[in-house]
Amino acid sequence: MPLFSFDRVTVRFGDTLVLDAVTATISDGGSITCLLGPSGSGKSTMLRLCNRLEVPSAGCIRFRGADLAADDPLRLRRRVGMVFQRPTVFPGTVRDNLLVAQPDASGEHCESALARAHVDARFLDRDADALSGGEAQRVCLARTLITEPEVLLMDEPTSSLDPASTRNLESLGAELASGGMPIIWVTHDLAQADRIADERLVLTEGRVADEHETTHYFAGEDADHRHGEADRGGG
Amino acid sequence: MAEGDVGWWGLAASLVLIAITIGVSVWRNLDLERAVVIAVVRAGAQLLAVGYVLGLIIIPDEPEKNVEYAWAWLGFMVVFAAWTVSRRAPEVPGVFRLALQALVASTAVTVAVIFGLGIFPPETRTIIPIGGMMVGNAMSSTVVAGRRILAEFSEKRPDVEARLALGQSWRDASRPSLRSALRTGLTSQIETTKAVGLVFLPGAMTGLILAGVDPVAAVRVQAAIMFLILGAVAINVVVIGTGVTRRLFTDDHRLIRVARTAD
Repeated sequence: MPLFSFDRVTVRFGDTLVLDAVTATISDGGSITCLLGPSGSGKSTMLRLCNRLEVPSAGCIRFRGADLAADDPLRLRRRVGMVFQRPTVFPGTVRDNLLVAQPDASGEHCESALARAHVDARFLDRDADALSGGEAQRVCLARTLITEPEVLLMDEPTSSLDPASTRNLESLGAELASGGMPIIWVTHDLAQADRIADERLVLTEGRVADEHETTHYFAGEDADHRHGEADRGGG
Repeated sequence: MAEGDVGWWGLAASLVLIAITIGVSVWRNLDLERAVVIAVVRAGAQLLAVGYVLGLIIIPDEPEKNVEYAWAWLGFMVVFAAWTVSRRAPEVPGVFRLALQALVASTAVTVAVIFGLGIFPPETRTIIPIGGMMVGNAMSSTVVAGRRILAEFSEKRPDVEARLALGQSWRDASRPSLRSALRTGLTSQIETTKAVGLVFLPGAMTGLILAGVDPVAAVRVQAAIMFLILGAVAINVVVIGTGVTRRLFTDDHRLIRVARTAD
């Protein structure tokens, strides 16, 4: 049974068609599925549909076979955790952040969530606003993990991080996936997808790209990537 | 004519200041001369009309006569204020209904306190001017609070969505942003209340002193009015803030937005 199945899912924001009758499945199990596509292709919207931060204008989404619309959204969001593009820490300490997600969490429970996100337990009483971008994003991951989600949605989580923090988060993702946590990871970075993806789904103009479009997308992105490397004196 | 009265000649003479305003506009090339003239003519006509109607309703020797007209007048002010709010802040979802609810709530509570506790007698000469001051201040605070709530949820969208994504209800997820917006909405009225008497002498007190009333008696009236206005603004800001916040979320705990883009 797939983790998520999209059956002719359409999303409109006013007059803008964001997703156009998308039909796709995302595999379950300990794997990372990368959602790829150019800016504006609808990949973040598709991700946000999975925890009902968005709802489809038409079509049906199933989570492990059950209609997503039939589940209580608050319960669903704790089952399907999400890490956003920019690390958004709440005011207060790291501990305060974890307690927002899990108000009855013990100190031990908090430390365990931090450890899963490779954050030292000594960070618990640090001011969350004083953390670096990479640290803040890992605290956000810990804050999501403390709710014990069954699935993790990652919406371009490394786009505002430096290369070292990016690699760190990627290895964290791989570690969580190998521990049995399915992850859907939105990225426009093909090199990143090469490093972490077990499966890929390419969107273009609100549709799942066909074979020709996928080949064209990878060829174009690869050329852009090589061009960028050459500009920086690499490659 | 009493000492504090302004005669027709005095009113005409005060137009010198309007001439100065127009002069400044011409001098600095502000292109506001027409707007100034329209504002002055409109204010003059409105005040004169109101004055004549008040003259028909308020009978100094029979303060309790025509009280029902005074209440009707207050009701009209509340509805007109809500309509004005809806014109000044059309971007706020459901603005007319929310503004009306807020203004009715703040007016009802403050009127009950003013007249129920005997702070002022329920007479035509008190209901209309005091009601007008409260509704006027509450109207401005409604516009500010409604816009502030929208700005707050626009700026704090990532924070609110991060909370929603953790399984918080809209009520819990919106609490920090709502609190911040309500504080902003109330702070300006608190600052005004703090500055009264030191930075400026408010209208009611100025009017009473000009009319020859003992300044200490005028101060008592003004202090009571300031406290009532603060109370009205507080009720208003909370009602509009909570109402607008509710309308920014769907029943399934999603934060809506007016302009949306993919990705």
